[in-house]
Amino acid sequence: MDPVLTSTLADMVRNAAPLLIASQGELITERAGVVNLSLDGTILLAAMAAFAVSYNTGHLGMGILAAMLIGMLVALIVIAASVFLKLNQIAVGFVLTLLCADLSTFFGRKYSGQQGQEIPYAPIPILKDIPVIGEVFFQHNILIYFSFLLVIVVWLWIYHTRFGLSLRSLGEHPAAAYVRGTRVQLWRFVYVALGGALVGLAGATYSLSVKLGWREGSTLGNGWIALAIVIFGGWRPFRIAFGAYFIVGLRALALYLQKEDVLNLPIQIINMTPWVLMLVTLIFVTSGLAESLLVIVPPRWRPAAQQLLRVKPPGALGSNFERG
Amino acid sequence: MRLEIREISKNFGPLKANDHISFTFEGGHIYAILGENGAGKSTLMKILSGYQAASSGQIVIDGKPVQINSPHHAIAHGIGMLYQDPLDFAPLTVLENYIEGKPFSFFMHRRDAEADLMARCKVLGFSLNPNAMVESLTVGERQQLEIVRLLSLGVGILILDEPTTGISAEQKSQLFQTLKNLAQEQNMTVILVSHKLADVEELCDEVLVLRRGKLVGHRLLPCETEIMVQMMFGKRLSQTSSQPLYTEKPVLKIHKLTVPARLFTIQNINLQVREGEVIGLAGLDGSGQVQFMRAIAGLGRPTWADQLTAIFALVGLWWVFGKVLDESSAVLNLAHIAILILVLGPLLKSLYPFIRQRSKQAEATEIILHGQSIGWRGYRDLLGRGVAYLAAGRLEEGLVAGLTLVDHAALANRSSLPYVNWLQAWRRTKGAITNFAIKGRPFSQIQTLSGGNQQRVSLSLLPDNLSLILLENPTRGLDVESAGHIWSLLLKRREQGTAIIFSSPDLDEVIDYSDRILVFSSGQTTLVENPEQMTTARLGELIGGKS
Repeated sequence: MDPVLTSTLADMVRNAAPLLIASQGELITERAGVVNLSLDGTILLAAMAAFAVSYNTGHLGMGILAAMLIGMLVALIVIAASVFLKLNQIAVGFVLTLLCADLSTFFGRKYSGQQGQEIPYAPIPILKDIPVIGEVFFQHNILIYFSFLLVIVVWLWIYHTRFGLSLRSLGEHPAAAYVRGTRVQLWRFVYVALGGALVGLAGATYSLSVKLGWREGSTLGNGWIALAIVIFGGWRPFRIAFGAYFIVGLRALALYLQKEDVLNLPIQIINMTPWVLMLVTLIFVTSGLAESLLVIVPPRWRPAAQQLLRVKPPGALGSNFERG
Repeated sequence: MRLEIREISKNFGPLKANDHISFTFEGGHIYAILGENGAGKSTLMKILSGYQAASSGQIVIDGKPVQINSPHHAIAHGIGMLYQDPLDFAPLTVLENYIEGKPFSFFMHRRDAEADLMARCKVLGFSLNPNAMVESLTVGERQQLEIVRLLSLGVGILILDEPTTGISAEQKSQLFQTLKNLAQEQNMTVILVSHKLADVEELCDEVLVLRRGKLVGHRLLPCETEIMVQMMFGKRLSQTSSQPLYTEKPVLKIHKLTVPARLFTIQNINLQVREGEVIGLAGLDGSGQVQFMRAIAGLGRPTWADQLTAIFALVGLWWVFGKVLDESSAVLNLAHIAILILVLGPLLKSLYPFIRQRSKQAEATEIILHGQSIGWRGYRDLLGRGVAYLAAGRLEEGLVAGLTLVDHAALANRSSLPYVNWLQAWRRTKGAITNFAIKGRPFSQIQTLSGGNQQRVSLSLLPDNLSLILLENPTRGLDVESAGHIWSLLLKRREQGTAIIFSSPDLDEVIDYSDRILVFSSGQTTLVENPEQMTTARLGELIGGKS
């Protein structure tokens, strides 16, 4: 295979890692029925914290831990405000986005542009030698491996364990989950904290590996992209992973087209294409047009195909649960 | 299982929802708990099923006093509740619904659970597909799933809340047979909460009657219906007599109307409605009664305004894309075309029925209100011309949950002023509360009212001097007294010359109140001119297609 293409693919896997981690974290959160809208700010703040802590202590692990703690803390604010104060999750999340972005600027001033540490490159012994696949997937660092392993783990957890079943049920119809003995509020706290920690980890992945170092607003916008990917992915782990790679792939393509000057178009239009395509795909899937095209699928596979095309949020997304 | 309740009371502030209720439910029997809306039935059920704690009193199961803290706890003690709207998870499969709530294990063990589920279904005679999505099931099947699930958890006392609402007659008889078998063979205690006397008489052995939170009666069945009604309401109901009040002046003429229903297309409906006349629509659920009324009311049909918007949107899109991509390459022109197809497709699809309908109906179909053709007008327009429509889904289509009575009065006011006249809305609400005997305060939210009171509010919001009111199942979910009150309010409207068209699954109601009956039966309609001579059995035959 063309070495340029292979290295482009490897770059894609690397660049998609933080988006993948953040969107899987948000997936867990939303499946529990909670919207954590603060992603964009949280990722920024966590990226800054990871860099600052590892810069000061000299330990990468400490930086990662700090980022995860910050992600968890912000997420816990969202769920606590929702459970104890009955506040709207979307409003709280939005305010936290703005707050965290400003905090990252404020605390990150003296680290801006500094030279920091990088997560060490660690190719996996035997797997790295598989042609193409080895280079694309197994010649990175530990956080990148974690990103695509996470997708598999989340999928197994959601669809093949009883924990996952109650996760799905409490985001869908909390009253019914409660009747079946699920401790709704407790589990919401657990999953939201876990999801928040993953979002924080996504921030650390940026500043310690993918977009090395810290600069004001360096990851701005990626949180919103992760949120969009969760919707685009229909709240399913593998479709979300596809969405993340798809977006990163389109960006790489746009960059390439711009560099080679093939199309002679303003860069803004090329940068817009992922969003237009996403919108078109969503219209295509939700308008029922995709459904009507399913006639070409053999009847036996049709229910599976329908499931694949489903875009329906968890039933109780963003709602407060009160018993009785 | 034997369930004993001792001196159960529940107070909400000064209101005594349950007032020292004591009773013993024996295993192997089927009990009915009757009571009008707000008599305390649901409170008692919530206490038994663990949703709410009683203010005082004791629950004893098989001789042992128990403390029930949550629904899950209640199931552990053997009390299972089947809610009116089954508490299940729509986008999960039947099997997943069955597994959730079982004793914990780390993995799902789908295969074991599936075998277990199938075995239990076989015993009960249910046919459930374990891999079907619950959202694709009917309410009856969802009930079956809940019953199997509760039984698998070892429930010995089954409480059912209005289980016959929304299921077909066939499913109802199957459900009743299952319940009888469970009581006889497995010594289960079955408790049915209902206000449908017919269901109670058909299924139950004993009946308890609650009124204003107190247990006021206990009878063995069979017993006379009148005794039960008397216990429920404390007084004998006088049937609202409906003297015909119509004149010869026609309000509405329908000529060769074609209506698509769920299974058939009903062709060639002709009807003349006179001032002050009541037309009842009878037929099996989904035979086209609702579509017929909606066609008259101008609901669910693209209007000219919608069509114009669509055309403007198309032209706008074409222009925008044309501008942006004017002199670009062939690749982008392809993208241009692809996007247009993707956007145009759904739009054209939404317009298609409209175009077809226009071309088909152009021949002779006409709906004429007071001499003016209204076939192409939308509901907003028709409301101004004196046509009103009340849907069966009160909180879904009629009222806005979360808004107060005053908000509703303000919304219903069709004034063109740019501000809201709150004083007037408040006065109007006060007036409606006295005139329509609504149990509620001006600033209570609409969903906190009982069904009967919600319906009264809907009626109070209709403008005066209407020519035609269309009602879809006006007394759905109401007890006998509320239903009677709604009808007396409706019949009063006839004095202003208002004609009424209504549909109802209750054939007695159709016969009692209609001046003429339009029967919908497998794509055909028959007009019955003299319902006084009609019996329920004869009407049932007409619906079933026997002429």
